[in-house]
Amino acid sequence: MNDTTLGRRSLLRAGALGLAGLGFDMKFPAWATTGSAGLRADMPTLAGEDIRLRVAHDRFSVGGRTGHAITINGVLPAPLIRLREGQTVRLHVENTLDEDTSIHWHGLIVPFQMDGVPGISFPGIRPGTTFTYEFPIRQSGTYWYHSHSGLQEQVGHYGPLVIDPAGAEPAAYDREHVIVLSDWTFLHPHQVITKLKQKDAYFNRQKQTATTGEMSVAERISWSKMRMDPADISDVNGSTYSFLINGHGPNENWTGLFRPGERVRLRFINASAMTIFNVRIPGLPMTVVLADGQPVRPVETDEFQISVAETYDVIVEPTSDQAYSLIAEAIDRSGMGRATLAPRVGMTAAIPPLRKRPTLSMRDMGMGGMDMSGMDMGGTGAPAMGGAACPPEHAAMGHCKPGQPAAPMHHGMREKSLMPPTVKVGVGVDMVSAMPVDRTGDRPLGLEKEPHRVLTYHDLAPLVPFHDKRPPTRTIDIHLTGNMGRFMWSFDGRKMNEGAEPIRLERDERVRVNLINDTMMNHPIHIHGHFFELVTGQDHGHPIKHTVNVMPGGIASFDLTADAPGDWPLHCHLLYHMHAGMMNVVKVRPMDDGEAA
Amino acid sequence: MRKFILLSALFASAPVSAQQAMTDSSPHADHAMSMPMTEGDAQCPPEHAAMGHCTPQAEAVTPPHAGPSAAALSGPEYAADAVWGAGAMEPARRSVYAEHGFMNTGKILIDRLEYAAQKGRDGYSWEGDAWYGGDYNRLWTKFRGEGAAGKAIESAEVQALWSRALDPWFNIQAGVRYDIRPKPDRAHLAVGIEGLAPYLFDVNAALFLSDRGDLTARVEAEYDQRITNRLILQPSVEVNLAAQDVRSVDVGAGLSSVEAGLRLRYEFVPEFAPYFGFEYEGLVGRTARLARAGGEDANRAKFVIGIRTWF
Repeated sequence: MNDTTLGRRSLLRAGALGLAGLGFDMKFPAWATTGSAGLRADMPTLAGEDIRLRVAHDRFSVGGRTGHAITINGVLPAPLIRLREGQTVRLHVENTLDEDTSIHWHGLIVPFQMDGVPGISFPGIRPGTTFTYEFPIRQSGTYWYHSHSGLQEQVGHYGPLVIDPAGAEPAAYDREHVIVLSDWTFLHPHQVITKLKQKDAYFNRQKQTATTGEMSVAERISWSKMRMDPADISDVNGSTYSFLINGHGPNENWTGLFRPGERVRLRFINASAMTIFNVRIPGLPMTVVLADGQPVRPVETDEFQISVAETYDVIVEPTSDQAYSLIAEAIDRSGMGRATLAPRVGMTAAIPPLRKRPTLSMRDMGMGGMDMSGMDMGGTGAPAMGGAACPPEHAAMGHCKPGQPAAPMHHGMREKSLMPPTVKVGVGVDMVSAMPVDRTGDRPLGLEKEPHRVLTYHDLAPLVPFHDKRPPTRTIDIHLTGNMGRFMWSFDGRKMNEGAEPIRLERDERVRVNLINDTMMNHPIHIHGHFFELVTGQDHGHPIKHTVNVMPGGIASFDLTADAPGDWPLHCHLLYHMHAGMMNVVKVRPMDDGEAA
Repeated sequence: MRKFILLSALFASAPVSAQQAMTDSSPHADHAMSMPMTEGDAQCPPEHAAMGHCTPQAEAVTPPHAGPSAAALSGPEYAADAVWGAGAMEPARRSVYAEHGFMNTGKILIDRLEYAAQKGRDGYSWEGDAWYGGDYNRLWTKFRGEGAAGKAIESAEVQALWSRALDPWFNIQAGVRYDIRPKPDRAHLAVGIEGLAPYLFDVNAALFLSDRGDLTARVEAEYDQRITNRLILQPSVEVNLAAQDVRSVDVGAGLSSVEAGLRLRYEFVPEFAPYFGFEYEGLVGRTARLARAGGEDANRAKFVIGIRTWF
């Protein structure tokens, strides 16, 4: 958001306030109220063994406009639920809507029937009924909860969930704030997906044009030959979204207080429907201490990218009596969430301007392992592979056999022969990554050239190694597939409604899952009911996560111990990608020990 | 299950600086991009090792790709049925599977609604299409027509087509075309393809077989050149062909007409854009001769102004 926009929005807001007075009184939970001193014991936080949540139609205001929302207990974001490891909790969820609802406890290890996904873990919560979730709390850390019904998550049905450890706190702090990042639109979410189906890249108002971009004519021609836009970063973005921090727009400037010298813990939760954020606090280094609720070895950084549904806990130690801007910039730089950390309410700091929209490269097109100088990006000729005609990476995927003469490899953008036969390369697949590479060590998209430190997955080391040290016994490849123009998204070329074969795992077996991104978009892939070890190959160990952002044209691998019998969704956490079909079910069997058939 | 032994002592020590790792990450990316897999242990190149598929000491190997075990295939197909009952789960399951991927949408596009100024004969015309359906199958209609200013409509046609996705970019379309004007009205069978060709050309090609047995074809292509995100220059071309003379509409066999247009539109919002531009229409070959014999011009150039809108 540039200064002009801020100025205009401020005016609009002032105007609206002037006209309407304070007719609509926004309600925030105490922790999300601006000027919050942080989470305190005396707050009306939901805690204990019985927690009541009421899902209802509501109104929400930002930037001087008011629209329809679905809230929990009348607040957006939903109330903070604070639990303690080792307790049992009963969550009574009352549905006052005229449609089904549900709550999924994101990142929590629960029995599958309490996971909260209609049609997979339970029937859903009917209008006018109350459903009681009950499960033991077997973990600690920062998590969140949200609807898994329809597109309710877009309109406010999400909130934070913090679990204190039974033992000592691994990341000591003097003060803590929950920072819920989200995106808000005044369009009805069904309108959002309809627009995406009606017109390719509808929301992108930062397309490459004849008068912008640094690409050469040759590069532009090769991208248009592929029928791709290198500016296609984010399907839904600042052209319709207001980016929220704790329910506050950039001008509402949510402010969290601190006293200089304190260790302040910020629990970041990306509860967005579609927005991947770049988070930084100019002038204040951040020490990452938890990722996806799991403690990591403290690692200091200046900026990190938080994909949708991920959580990061960081510690900051502001020592001087000054304000700091907390900036959550959308990945396509179409806007930002902005908040302030300050010793006193009313103090502000400079807001850095939006940086330039990133442009996709051939690495984002799955050409990561290629000698790009010699290749024909359009795919009419054989790329200059030289002696690397069958690199091990490719051989491991069964695409070729090392040592054999190089078969002519026409690496177009959609070479069907590179896909295993289990993948349906049809209408819904507009791209096949010819040479995808592991990108867990890459800086996130758009942060490649930042002069300061940027977190990558390789920097994350578990504080305590994963309990299961067995090597995986088999490998499963899952291709992340899509058609940008028709807005179809899928795994292995099959949308969920097209009857994809579930991923079947034997109870307690350990598998290596390769997520291979055959699209030019980032996909935050989330598995329910399990944590996995993200395979980074680093000596310091593999971080333990529930969601991994798979970069465009790249691979991310994880090792999973299938220790939770039941049916578990695996899906892209971009809400409209999931809704368009990018979801499948992982089935862990047998259900009981000793069960035979 | 996942209890973490919480070593506050570990944390109490100064945070490990990420400087080392951080400074590594960027050059590494560059390295991987420019010269992959060319150094080190050939059995375990760095790229592979980085994925954890192997370690340079060749101690671990990539586990084989394999299907599920017999035990993984055991047990009930739907775990939740045992808890909530199949009767409760079945409808929810049907709707969750349908909801994630199946969706009917529609769109009405008025691509051109324009006034054409030309020497001695101003006119108006319209052209657009509308569709409804899912990702693969759609009911598709197309409509176009024109007339001279202040006069009755000269030509008007509508098509009703079934559209089937052929590949990620193209649809095959088949159905009927009905010419309301000129009189006598005619009906056609229509078959064609429509989609986005390499280099981002919008292409539309169709064959028509009329109820009088006349075979004609029409090929259209247009290209959107964004000058800015709102200002778009659109060159377009349309070619008409006939397999035989179609006397009733003064069309001769062979290439019958070529139209070329250039329109500059400004998208206030993607759904609404006024434009202006030029269009040249030239009759060719036998058709041109027929026109001249009838005392008409075979070539027309016109200035157009109009709006493009969709919803």
